[in-house]
Amino acid sequence: MSSVDAKFIDQSTQNINILKSEERREAVTIFGLSLPAVLTILIVVFLPIFWLSSLSFYNAAGELSMENYTRIFNSALYRRTFVVTFQISISVTIICVLLGYPLCYWLCKLPDRTAGILMVFVLVPFWTSVLVRTYAWLVLLQRNGIINSSLMSLGVIDEPLQLAHNLTGSIIGMVHIMLPFLILPLYATMRGIDTDLVRAALGLGSSPRGAFWRVFFPMSLPGLFAGIVLVFILSLGFFVTPALLGGGRVQMLAQRIESTITVYSNWGAASALGVVLLLLALVMIWLMNRVFGLDKLFMR
Amino acid sequence: MSSSKSLPIDISNLSKSYGLVKALDDVSLNISAGEFLTLLGPSGSGKTTLLMALAGFVRPNSGSIQFGGQEVIATPPHERGLGMVFQSYALFPFMTVAENVAYPLKVRGVSKSDQKIRAERALETVQLGEYGDRRITQLSGGQRQRVALARAMVFEPQIILMDEPLSALDKKLREHMQIELKALHQKLDATVVYVTHDQREALTMSDRIAVVNHGRIEQIDTPEKLYRQPKSFFVADFIGESVSVPIDVENNSAKLNGRKIISNQSIIQGSGKHHLIIRPELLEVISGAIPKKSNDLSGKVHDIIYQGDSVLVIVQNKKLGLINVRVPANRAGQTGLPSRGEKIGLALHPEDTIIVPEHLL
Repeated sequence: MSSVDAKFIDQSTQNINILKSEERREAVTIFGLSLPAVLTILIVVFLPIFWLSSLSFYNAAGELSMENYTRIFNSALYRRTFVVTFQISISVTIICVLLGYPLCYWLCKLPDRTAGILMVFVLVPFWTSVLVRTYAWLVLLQRNGIINSSLMSLGVIDEPLQLAHNLTGSIIGMVHIMLPFLILPLYATMRGIDTDLVRAALGLGSSPRGAFWRVFFPMSLPGLFAGIVLVFILSLGFFVTPALLGGGRVQMLAQRIESTITVYSNWGAASALGVVLLLLALVMIWLMNRVFGLDKLFMR
Repeated sequence: MSSSKSLPIDISNLSKSYGLVKALDDVSLNISAGEFLTLLGPSGSGKTTLLMALAGFVRPNSGSIQFGGQEVIATPPHERGLGMVFQSYALFPFMTVAENVAYPLKVRGVSKSDQKIRAERALETVQLGEYGDRRITQLSGGQRQRVALARAMVFEPQIILMDEPLSALDKKLREHMQIELKALHQKLDATVVYVTHDQREALTMSDRIAVVNHGRIEQIDTPEKLYRQPKSFFVADFIGESVSVPIDVENNSAKLNGRKIISNQSIIQGSGKHHLIIRPELLEVISGAIPKKSNDLSGKVHDIIYQGDSVLVIVQNKKLGLINVRVPANRAGQTGLPSRGEKIGLALHPEDTIIVPEHLL
């Protein structure tokens, strides 16, 4: 009997070592699997950002200075660029919310199948190239485009409206590009809301309007905020659409960066703008998180 | 909570179809004021549709629903004044326990101080007096259930609807809550309509049970009558454990393989074949000869299964096949169980003999 016990204890200590080495091997495997992605992000994202930010501290003559940053804060031209960037980003976000929220709400009320088919209509443009969609808007919005010519033939207007090559055009085009970024997280959140909750509110005496504002709307906020953050941050650095539909009259931050390099080939100044844009985006995310309490909303 | 006065519910000729499926097929049902009525049926039987029609979430095609003589068929849900408990509890996750319970009062414009007092009182009734400030996520399933209950009764509704409120709880807690709910109903002055697919739950809690099948009410009776005198094969089969044997009925007398089956209950006419319903606990194991006045179902012991509270003896009857007999564990322990292969006498007394038609007419 005792020899059997001793044998068992022997086996048991041996097993502890085997189990430990198994655990180590597993940890190494998982680390190995994530290594390519980690390296790629380091090389493709962090290194250039680091290089770019270091460039921003050199002036056109190649001397170490803060010139690039002082220029951003002192020149009226740059200040104007920031104002326009925020103006457009905020307008686009607000219009996206006003268009997207009712649409998502309506989709949620539809049967799954119908809603699924209609979601394809939201996604197909999302999968189409931004450039193609922007040129399509140019065709629609320009002076003798489809919208102006039909409105004129209907007698609604006498003179063509200035829809493209200005702020209006940029905003129309950007709303179209950004809308799916608001709809996707918002719709997912709305679909996840237990319909019994709204029924409970109604059953317990809430009017339909009260049930919406007191129960459904608060429950949809995490998705709405996620959508707002996505649209706003993406708008801050948007290039293609305002460049084409703004007709050179609308200068957003990304365009200013581009012209600084292509026209003046001043890499230091362009880098400084890029760094400011990145910091702005981070500050906005932090601010929105503070205001909306995104982390708290998501971790219920 | 005696300021409210419970209301009777009168449902007549209520129908609702989804395409070709009749979810409610000409349902008529009168529920007395203060009654605890259970709608019992398998999933897809239409019991939930009936409850949702009462609540106003399902719009019937035709028929009438009256609360205390008032027609409510076109009244929107929020104006029906019902207390509701949902299967998922449907508690608002972004509100505290007290805010959840006070919700019906808030939407009714009750003052803040009154809201607080009444919500607290309702929480005390369900033994959650200390939990008002907690978040819903901090509560266990049983506690959530109680909060849902407190929220449904805080505004002293005259009618409370419950949709399988206990189905998410584990067995022990469920049985405990059944007794508690029943006691609570006696304290509240409210008519309760309760939906469940659990026949034992229905038997435990209800004043009357309406058995629902294919959008129709098969039988409505007290739990005891429903169990002892089912009117159709569906009801007999759905409620309780049983073995059924098809039998021949002619001129009001039943025969099984040529032998007369004696029953104290008159045989109900219906369509299709008749069935003899044999419940395991109603059979008596007899050592001597079977009395003349009883039906003889004797046979050989096929298997014996110990189930804790009782012992299931499976008997092979030459003509009927396998019949289950339930013997209480204490008696079995005292007298000793039959052994496998042994011949035992089984008597089915006339007062326990249940004969039902396949379908009601």
